[in-house]
Amino acid sequence: MAKLELQNLNKTYSPKVIPVKDVSLTVDNGEFLTLLGPSGCGKSTTLRLIAGLEQPTRGKVFIGDRDVTNLPPGKRDISMVFQSYALYPHMTVYDNIASGLKLQHMSSNEIRERIRESSGALGLEELMGRKPGQLSGGQRQRVALARALVRRPEVFLLDEPLSNLDALLREQVRAELKQLFEAQNTPVVYVTHDQTEAMTLSTKVAVLNRGDVQQLDPPQRIYTHPANMFVAGFIGSPQMNLLHLKSDGKNAVLGDYRIPLPGGFTSPPDVTLGIRPEHVRLAQPGDAHSFQGRVFLVENLGMSNLLSVQLPGSENRTIRSLLPADRPWSQEDVTLALPPDAIHWFNTETGERLSNNTRPLVSNTANSTPLADSNPRL
Amino acid sequence: MTTVQQPVQPQPKAEARETHFSSKRVLLTIAVILVVLFSLAPILWQLLTSFKTNQAISAVPNVYFPRPDQLTWQHYVELFQRRPFLNYMFNSAFVAVTSTLLCLAIGTPAAYALARLRLKGERIILGLILIVTLFPYILLFLGLLEIVRAAGLANNYLALIIPYTAINIPLTVLVMRSFFLQLPRDLEDSAKVDGYNTWQMLTQILLPMTVPALVTTGILAFIFAWNEYIFALTFITRETMKTIPVAVAQLGGATLFEIPYGPIAAATVVGTLPLVLLVLFFQRRIVQGLTSGAVKG
Ligand SMILES: Nc1ncnc2c1ncn2[C@@H]1O[C@H](COP(=O)(O)OP(=O)(O)OP(=O)(O)O)[C@@H](O)[C@H]1O
Ligand SMILES: [Mg+2]
Repeated sequence: MAKLELQNLNKTYSPKVIPVKDVSLTVDNGEFLTLLGPSGCGKSTTLRLIAGLEQPTRGKVFIGDRDVTNLPPGKRDISMVFQSYALYPHMTVYDNIASGLKLQHMSSNEIRERIRESSGALGLEELMGRKPGQLSGGQRQRVALARALVRRPEVFLLDEPLSNLDALLREQVRAELKQLFEAQNTPVVYVTHDQTEAMTLSTKVAVLNRGDVQQLDPPQRIYTHPANMFVAGFIGSPQMNLLHLKSDGKNAVLGDYRIPLPGGFTSPPDVTLGIRPEHVRLAQPGDAHSFQGRVFLVENLGMSNLLSVQLPGSENRTIRSLLPADRPWSQEDVTLALPPDAIHWFNTETGERLSNNTRPLVSNTANSTPLADSNPRL
Repeated sequence: MTTVQQPVQPQPKAEARETHFSSKRVLLTIAVILVVLFSLAPILWQLLTSFKTNQAISAVPNVYFPRPDQLTWQHYVELFQRRPFLNYMFNSAFVAVTSTLLCLAIGTPAAYALARLRLKGERIILGLILIVTLFPYILLFLGLLEIVRAAGLANNYLALIIPYTAINIPLTVLVMRSFFLQLPRDLEDSAKVDGYNTWQMLTQILLPMTVPALVTTGILAFIFAWNEYIFALTFITRETMKTIPVAVAQLGGATLFEIPYGPIAAATVVGTLPLVLLVLFFQRRIVQGLTSGAVKG
């Protein structure tokens, strides 16, 4: 078992198509790194560079102490699960799983033993004699997983392995994946554009956009401390409210209201206020910042209601608030509070995060419990 | 109609629909029979002729349903006893099989390269290949004749094998390329990650999936080589090396004015039979969807 290290990886197809610009990462034993990002941001390309299916234009890949940059995929001791599963259609399930081991000249007894071990956990014993064409999508997915696990490689690579499953099955397999890979003390690199998968599975998330790592942090921190506006808008559902505001140096101006900026930096003229809908709550007496607004859209999400509220002022600003379903509100006009410590500040021009507030995650339940410790600065 | 409960189901309308349906079926059946007859009639006529006695063949009016005494094996016996027909068949088979295998062996890797590698000028290459398939091959004849003469290949199987292979390669490349293009690339990547080297990947992963396409294009190439006439007629003059089409065309009667319909028909049947058997045999191999299950569709 060994750690995986990427050094300044770059892949340039043509001067205009650079799916991976400059990616440096390390994934330690037992770490589960998720590459998360919108479609076309270079996730798969990064994974293929690690696998050796593409040659990097610049940069190096290390597995343990080995520089594998110039090794072919088969010599890197990795296994990979493809989005399409890529099972060999003319081989039985057993042969599919055994194929990698046979190439390592393992004795057939040992192969049988290993396959029994890994397929037992996945419930594949009954299917060993079938061809992939006779399996359901979920079963194929398990075979693909078993084929990767049975090799006991130094690094696991998975490219959107769940995206072809229906929602219910996906949730179930996600939980299984988590258990399976927690048991492996091996670096895992997992590609997805589904943030729920990223949040639930990983120990570390790399948010990619246009070939660059935007943020590399544990999932929790990605959620509580988005490093820039892209990450803030990409992570979290419903999406974070992002309001572009003018700043007078000390305060951000929202209509008639002035929202004090935290200290510790010189404020640019344009700032962006970010606050997650789940942190926007109905104002209670004594709240520092509350705004009158008019509800113009209510979306019932079952567990909660998503209110779209028009803020007063000349600009047509809207803010969305996620309220627990059992929380009533006056139908038309509401007064919303923006808890100061749930606000993220960004430089509108560069998109970078301004403040450095270190505040524990506020969950939905915070809406019903009054905030005990208001930020003293405000 | 029955699963959905409808309050009022007008009965006559349903009946009308059914009769409409069945009349459609009848029309369809008739159309199918007509088409089959249209395409099979010449072959059936040849088959019939090959079994009729000479008298029955020349009888007026035509004998469509011969009596037992109008039937004979004689034409077939004559083919094999009075002429070296087995020899012709061997020549045809040898030339056709060799050129087909060569064609697949050369065309398939080329097609794979064209499908998978990002070559510069790929479009130009494909365009040229397409133009070659559109070129009437008869026009090559004179040039080839010169070459065969210069190379001293006359009365050599190579004089047929080489041109047949060359003529069939463009089609093979085009068909196989489009087949490779629709094979999921992930399969090859997966094989590479599993540790297959290129040769193992080609033979153990790709080839088994390619069999249906190989068989299909192979049969097309084989049929062309089996039936080809002009080249075979001119490049081969030695009797023992002639192929079936040439031999059939040269079947002569006792006199200049007598056309031996019976033997010609018998020869045609014998010459066609291998093709029919070949297609029937490989029909099972040309199974659609062999790749299904490789990827979630
Ligand atoms: N072989 C190639 N030649 C040229 N451009 C390519 C090649 N492969 C990928 N690209 C480009 O690189 C970019 C990133 O592709 P990549 O497959 O890594 O995206 P992704 O993040 O995996 O997206 P998705 O979530 O849709 O799978 C895309 O714009 C794509 O068009
Ligand atoms: Mg991808």
